[in-house]
Amino acid sequence: MTEAFIYDAVRTPRGRGKASGALHGMTPMQLAVTALKAVRDRNALDTSAVDDVVLGCVEPVGEQGADIARVAVLEAGYAETTAGVQINRFCASGLEACNMAAAQIMSGQSDLAIGGGVESMSRVPMGSSGGAWAMDPQVAFHTYFVPQGVSADLVATKYGMSRADVDAYAVESQRRAARAWAEGRFKRSVVPVSDINGLSVLDRDEYLRPETTMQSLAALEPSFVKTGESFGFDAVAIQRYPEVERINHVHHAGNSSGIVDGAAAVLIGSRETGDRLGLKPRARIRSFASVGSEPTIMLTGPSFAAEKALKRAGMDARDIDLYELNEAFAAVVLRFMQALDIAHDKINVNGGAIAMGHPLGATGAMILGTLLDELERTGKATGLATLCVGAGMGTATIIERV
Amino acid sequence: MIDYDAGADGIAVIAWNMTERPMNVLNDASIARFAAAVEAAIADAAVKGVIVTSKKRDFLAGADLTELGRSADAATLMASTGRFHALMRAIEKSGKPFCAAINGTALGGGYEIALACHRRISADDPRIRIGLPEVSLGLLPGGGGTQRLPRLIGIRAALPLLLEGRKLDPAKALAAGLVDAVVPADRLLAAAREWLLTDGPQNAVQPWDRKGFKIPDGGVFSPKGHETFVAGNALLHAKSWGNYPAPRNIASCVYEGLITDLDTGLKIESRYFVNCALSAEARNMIRSLFFSIGDANKLAARPKGVPEQSYRRIGVLGAGMMGAGIAYASADAGLEVVLLDTSPAQAEKGKAQARAILDRRVQQQRLGAAARDAVLARIHATARFEDLVGADLVVEAVFEDRAVKAEATRRAEAVLGEGAIFASNTSTLPITGLAEASARPENFIGLHFFSPVERMPLVEIIRGRRTSDACLARAMDYVRCIGKTPITVNDSRGFYTSRVFGTYVGEGLTLLGEGVLPALIENAGRMAGMPVGPLALADEVSIELMYKVRKQTRADLGKEYRGNAAADAVIGLMVERLGRIGKKAGKGFYDYPADGRKQLWPGLAQHFKPLAEQPEVGAVKRRLLYVQSIETARCLEEKVVIDPRDADVGAILGWGFPPFLGGTVSQMHSIGLDRFVAECDRLAQRYGDRFAPPRLLRDMAATGRAFYPA
Repeated sequence: MTEAFIYDAVRTPRGRGKASGALHGMTPMQLAVTALKAVRDRNALDTSAVDDVVLGCVEPVGEQGADIARVAVLEAGYAETTAGVQINRFCASGLEACNMAAAQIMSGQSDLAIGGGVESMSRVPMGSSGGAWAMDPQVAFHTYFVPQGVSADLVATKYGMSRADVDAYAVESQRRAARAWAEGRFKRSVVPVSDINGLSVLDRDEYLRPETTMQSLAALEPSFVKTGESFGFDAVAIQRYPEVERINHVHHAGNSSGIVDGAAAVLIGSRETGDRLGLKPRARIRSFASVGSEPTIMLTGPSFAAEKALKRAGMDARDIDLYELNEAFAAVVLRFMQALDIAHDKINVNGGAIAMGHPLGATGAMILGTLLDELERTGKATGLATLCVGAGMGTATIIERV
Repeated sequence: MIDYDAGADGIAVIAWNMTERPMNVLNDASIARFAAAVEAAIADAAVKGVIVTSKKRDFLAGADLTELGRSADAATLMASTGRFHALMRAIEKSGKPFCAAINGTALGGGYEIALACHRRISADDPRIRIGLPEVSLGLLPGGGGTQRLPRLIGIRAALPLLLEGRKLDPAKALAAGLVDAVVPADRLLAAAREWLLTDGPQNAVQPWDRKGFKIPDGGVFSPKGHETFVAGNALLHAKSWGNYPAPRNIASCVYEGLITDLDTGLKIESRYFVNCALSAEARNMIRSLFFSIGDANKLAARPKGVPEQSYRRIGVLGAGMMGAGIAYASADAGLEVVLLDTSPAQAEKGKAQARAILDRRVQQQRLGAAARDAVLARIHATARFEDLVGADLVVEAVFEDRAVKAEATRRAEAVLGEGAIFASNTSTLPITGLAEASARPENFIGLHFFSPVERMPLVEIIRGRRTSDACLARAMDYVRCIGKTPITVNDSRGFYTSRVFGTYVGEGLTLLGEGVLPALIENAGRMAGMPVGPLALADEVSIELMYKVRKQTRADLGKEYRGNAAADAVIGLMVERLGRIGKKAGKGFYDYPADGRKQLWPGLAQHFKPLAEQPEVGAVKRRLLYVQSIETARCLEEKVVIDPRDADVGAILGWGFPPFLGGTVSQMHSIGLDRFVAECDRLAQRYGDRFAPPRLLRDMAATGRAFYPA
């Protein structure tokens, strides 16, 4: 089997996902193009060598519709021979795109590919693509559909996390993200988004609230009480988890991932092609995996995905130096740490989506880059990136520096 | 059956008139005749418009459930549903205007025919009911109702009507858009005729058959539609605990059908209709809710040859909660009621309770102030036994104490006429024993009302050993007179309902004693379809009361006591050691914080150590449900209950046994007696003799007999 190497990883800064956000005036196409151009320009890449561009996007409708990956390839000025495909594994789309790109290399069917993702949540809001899962009565009944927020609160209830636990996690995430920005730890990956005249629109994540404290979070009302209690979703969740008397609603905007806009791209290829193009490999992709898990609690997939990827790599959780788990909700990370017995100082060491936001289709590729940057900064070797996924899934990727 | 009359003015009248039955219904024969009339009207060039109406009091009550119950296979049902749809489409696309003149109640298929007409006019009679109530019997409107109603009034307006089976009077039906006009009854046909001759010709095409038709209020994928389905699905799932296929299938008909055109939508509806019609849930609900409760209300089991008794004046002894409720229910039905207690003040307290119930109804605008005052005026609060003179029947609802009851019996009988009935509302004391205080034990009977009387529709009639057939028949007449549903049982400890209901609570306590998580027990009870979890129920009933009853029963029966020892131990611990005696005391299995919802007492984990390996919820549900059926089977074997229909009706109306299972007997019937006996044998082996199937069941299973026809 051919080995797949990461040659570069870039991302845009994350703009607040609302009309007042800096990136709201930029199209998702422009975000994707920014990332693709950066990969090309930083590496003086002959784009005719790129076989395929795989981009994750969770709401692929409207201006994100019609295979945004292929059109972004054209718009970025890549060789017209480079193909493009848009994929959707919900919140893990960006990582899944990297895994699929890597799989093309490993199988020997491509030599060089880009994995990444894009989401302008301010312009194409969550839920825009509809779907049968929540709406089709038969499907909603059979799958015990509940919205993610209720699932997150169910995770907290079932695994014993209090409001104080999840808030404390969130405060720490903000602190770590602020420190990472202050120390320039994201420098290598973040490329500014510029307008048509070359003027910078955004050059750093704008969602952070470093002033967050336990007190300031305590003032926030839990977000999913009404959804859970008035619309019946708590009762549906309890029918799936009848050992639970009542769901303890602990999540709110301050300890859940932020809604933001952004894009990312990761250049992946074989050693031979990298050598031919004069590229220097930064990490080897050891293994990756996606799994399905129980869909009502929905967000417990990462530990299973991680275990599956570890097994495939012949590794143990202790063999991993650093973890990145998308901070969809604080309880998701706390449960992952509990399940795999991972110390807090080995996971999300530079903060995560609670502080910086979660542009759905792009996040997976973003945290893969963050993981690689941090391994390099600290001189560590192995890292695992993973995300929880809607409808009960998890995706994980293990990398090792070379 | 169907009268056809083509008038000189070009208006044909098709009138439903099934003289051989009490009501017009849709069945193979009547649909064929109706179809012939429709075809004749369409074919006759002289006919310019058509009125569909009825010559009976009702317009058309719906489908003939006897016939539906016989249909066994999907293909046949699919074909007959398809024929009905074709007939409705023929009406809609005939090019001639059809107008439904709704002279009386139009429900289910009856209203669906009206929906296929180009206009619906209702008479202004407030007794008329219009709607699609199929869901209440586990069915769905299979004659196009799920497709036409939302296309007529919008998805969000139609869904609650379909899902809750609401029946509206003409004024509400007009407001909701179910009918286009309401006119005085004597102008109904004229109004229909007028419309057909003036506006009819331009309106002979249904809105959904016109180009550019849009669903009012937005379609399935509109923001409103999205919200309606996403939240609606969860609410439906939460409320039905996933036990009822019909509401889910109705939602699917609307969701799937309204994405497409009407004809495709009708096909989709047919599939879901057939799915419902063949479901065990629909069969159970039709059998018990429609036929068995219907038979009970008609007093089908009333002893023959006893002249029907009409009631004018009754007495109620004891003005506590039950007595006051019985007085209210009787006065509300038009009877004069003498409400008697030990002092005038006590008696007035009971009357005040009746007043409170009536005031609530006035507040909810379901009763006028004058009507309330008339009902109240019929209740005579008193402390004098002499006031009972002339009463046709006396219901005793005094303290559950043999001596107190005996005294009340003697004093009442002293002033009552020779033929008057004396009824005891005891829920625990055997009737035959209480009748010993009576000078006329053949006229002594048990009438077990349920609390709160004004809301609970069931009366369990208990026949003592010496109660006469005539007394039973006349007691049934009284129950019917006050609008309640009677079941008849023979005398025995706990009679039928309390005895079987007690096993549900008992099994919950046993599970707790075994170390099953209390939340799991409570959720399993509700997921099984019971209204309340067993532990919450124990708190409501009062753990202390259960403790006392069990103690008394043990003392009465000595070695014969067959109680559930594990449950007794849990009750003993709660009352004797922990002092957690129930809801009234603010602490039982639950805590009852003054400012919030009740919550399971965290201390339970300490006293009932949770099993490391918890059972599947399905296994817990089965235990909670099967234990009730097994006890019912014992009641049938011991002839406490004679008629399985009474057992089913009593279970559903008496203690809220889940209707989708049809009752405690229907549950066994749907599972199959063979399988049920085998499962209970396994349960008995593992959990004790209370699950052991009685001889009766074994014999029936072995010889292939069943409680009901297939």
